[in-house]
Amino acid sequence: MTSTKFDPRILKAPHPVPGAPDNWKRFFSFNTDAKVIGIQYIATSLLFLLVGGLLAMIVRGELITPPADLVDPTVYNGLYTMHGTVMLFLFLFPVLNGLNNLLIPTMIGAPDMAFPRLNAAAFWLVPVFAVLLMGSFFLPGGPAQAGWWSYPPISIQNPMGLFFNGEQLWLLAVALSGISSIFGAINFVTTIVRMRAPGMGFFKMPLYCWTAWGAQIIQLIGLPALTGGAIMLLFDLSFGTSFFRPEGGGDPVLYQHFFWFYSHPAVYVMVLPVFGIFSEVFTCYARKPLFGYKFVALASFGIVFLSLIVWVHHMFYTGTPNWMRILFMFTTMTIAVPTGVKVFAWVATLWGGKLRLTTPMLFCLGGLINFIFAGITGVMLGTVPIDIHVGNTYFVVAHFHYVIFNAIVLGVFAAVYHWFPKFTGHMYYEGLGKLHFALTFIGCTLNWLPLHWAGLLGMPRRVASYDPEFAIWNVIASIGAFMLGVAAIPFILNMVSSWARGPQSPPNPWGAIGLEWLLPSPPPAENFEDDVPTVINNPYGYGLGEPQVADEEYYIRRAQEA
Amino acid sequence: MTTTTNNKSPNVGAIVIIAVAVALNLVLAVLMARWSYSWFPPQASSAAPYVDDLFALETGIGSFLWFGLTGVIGWTLLFNRAPKYDESYGEPIEGNNRLEITWTVIPTVIVFAIAIYSMQVNDKLDALGPKQKYALGTDPATVAAVDPRATVGPIDVIARQWSWEFIYPDGVRSSELHLPINQRVNFRLISEDVNHSFYVPAFRLKQDIIPGSVISYSLTPTREGRFRLRDAMFSGAYFSQNQTDVIVESDEAYSSWLKATAKQPLQPGLSPGSDLYAKRLANGDKGWATVPPAPAPLVNDPGDASIPHDA
Repeated sequence: MTSTKFDPRILKAPHPVPGAPDNWKRFFSFNTDAKVIGIQYIATSLLFLLVGGLLAMIVRGELITPPADLVDPTVYNGLYTMHGTVMLFLFLFPVLNGLNNLLIPTMIGAPDMAFPRLNAAAFWLVPVFAVLLMGSFFLPGGPAQAGWWSYPPISIQNPMGLFFNGEQLWLLAVALSGISSIFGAINFVTTIVRMRAPGMGFFKMPLYCWTAWGAQIIQLIGLPALTGGAIMLLFDLSFGTSFFRPEGGGDPVLYQHFFWFYSHPAVYVMVLPVFGIFSEVFTCYARKPLFGYKFVALASFGIVFLSLIVWVHHMFYTGTPNWMRILFMFTTMTIAVPTGVKVFAWVATLWGGKLRLTTPMLFCLGGLINFIFAGITGVMLGTVPIDIHVGNTYFVVAHFHYVIFNAIVLGVFAAVYHWFPKFTGHMYYEGLGKLHFALTFIGCTLNWLPLHWAGLLGMPRRVASYDPEFAIWNVIASIGAFMLGVAAIPFILNMVSSWARGPQSPPNPWGAIGLEWLLPSPPPAENFEDDVPTVINNPYGYGLGEPQVADEEYYIRRAQEA
Repeated sequence: MTTTTNNKSPNVGAIVIIAVAVALNLVLAVLMARWSYSWFPPQASSAAPYVDDLFALETGIGSFLWFGLTGVIGWTLLFNRAPKYDESYGEPIEGNNRLEITWTVIPTVIVFAIAIYSMQVNDKLDALGPKQKYALGTDPATVAAVDPRATVGPIDVIARQWSWEFIYPDGVRSSELHLPINQRVNFRLISEDVNHSFYVPAFRLKQDIIPGSVISYSLTPTREGRFRLRDAMFSGAYFSQNQTDVIVESDEAYSSWLKATAKQPLQPGLSPGSDLYAKRLANGDKGWATVPPAPAPLVNDPGDASIPHDA
């Protein structure tokens, strides 16, 4: 059902900072405006992308030579643990929540999120757990060193015997991150279900909203398991319980179920919105409707359902009984089908289009071919006998970086460029954007393609040193990693200079279809306020000559005059 | 604006191009599948050829898909580009149900075929026996391994932070694992501290070792040589050093090694973590927190870490 009867408290929400929305101080306040929160999320997360990237470059610096000669192995273990943690909990989840905040209300014509205060609370938990995580670097024993899985018993060994230790802060941070994400998920799901513009049935909703909706449902189902597991582990670590402690009769493998029940679907929490971004960007820059809109939309929920029943494929060699391995192999393989439906639909969308290779289009094309590659190695990993050989080797590291960086992060960059003019009111510099793409694409390929071979040859992941036969792959990978560090320079330059002095953006610089492009750039605080357009057609009517909303000319004119 | 041509006669040129492209892609896929065998260490167990065949099949199918889809995307990049200032639209095709069914059904058939084939390969590996829990601190020797078909063993594999110890049925202890070729050998995988993993890349086999459980595990080595055994489940500070060698030798060499070793006195075995930890203490104990390494196991044959491994 759709509704325009918004709670008047949303429309009449007082601005906490005088002069908002023009006052820069609003970005440092407990602001309830989704567009401010979105930018808060994105700016914070990009800062932590730099932190996580710096940690990664020290890790790759250590791995450029076989022996452990750059840092002590304990420091190496702490650095890779924090690299993974920062990238997931302080970069990817926040940046996607930032995009959700910017895109969901504007795409469905809502004035704000359903629960603006909860939304702000969710964001302000991020700096809280960021301080906990960063603070753990300064504890006497250093930060957590057990990897982002934090498997017991290694994670609860607590070598110094201190009550406050890196692992404890890590677990608290993860639990807080879980709470923040649950706040966010409640908000996003409610907003999408209850606050769509009149006429916008589910099958007239943009795909970004479909995929974000699916992703946030996974958060609601999965996060309680991870957060619960983290709290039990915290009790084992700090209060002497033995949920997972074998000496006390606990089962360390039980934790792995709690962990992966969420953390496998978590990959889909991250990749689904990027599927949405692909659908928005490919249609816009290929100037064609999305091929098989309904199939692509429904495939999102196929993925949501299947993602919840595949987690044991992370545990094929932990002593899992054979029937269970076979069962989870079949569910894992099935997930290739709805994903394939999406991939084929994007390729068919490109076919016969009028392609414009702007920066966001390049990032999405690069992301798509990398994602196809990652999907193929994913099927390999899903088959039990292959996983028994390459599981926990660099093949897995290469596979998930192909998913998480080479596909998801490229998609995130595409989104940042594509919607940058809309939410800042300024155009970005195309030349710098293309340089950023070229460095990123070459860097990420050099970084992760060679590591597949290191893994096939049997190089375990998480090692601080390795046998010399793996050296060549690691040298190439490290060069790629440093290149990715260099790629940050044109990106930062572009973002800062474009926002400060880029040319003014018109409401719809790309000729894109979607409610957000009917708003001025940047949109006013309450988007369409109480003059919300009525949706009459599908969201990707490129070339069909059908207006998306009734009275489209009026809204276009209104946005231009604003 | 593009106009839709309603051409009923088949486009011969297009069919030829597609046929040539598919044929080229098939050749490429077969070449990739054959090449994939060279990406692995030598095949040193009865499991390895099955794993490599399955991987080659998946590489072939995967290559066909990746080159095919990337080829189509590349074609659009070459021939479907909008000229500068061209603001027009592509042909507004909204979908095609027949195509949707095709690309749902065919992938479903392919992944299920791969899964069924993998299931058969998994039966061939036949490595994992039962996992039996016991109270940590009691003697795991009370837990019997179960593999009536094994002709050698059970050999106890004890993983520690950070060393390996192997105890043979007659009580001989070693730091490197000696195995006779072409005989099914059974292990009891044991850890008393944290998770470890018994991983021999040349065997293509890996099994995590879980404290509080004894896992029965069996395999058949098929090639003589010295192969690397790597701990593959992160186990703390000196995890990357927690490696030793598996020596696969002839039946005679194995039994004479057992006999000779039984006469050797117990002495400290390989414990690379201990050496590095001693160095760390000598340098003022810098770095982040770690538990101290377990004492080096007392073994009859400490092995020799300086001998290079074959794979």
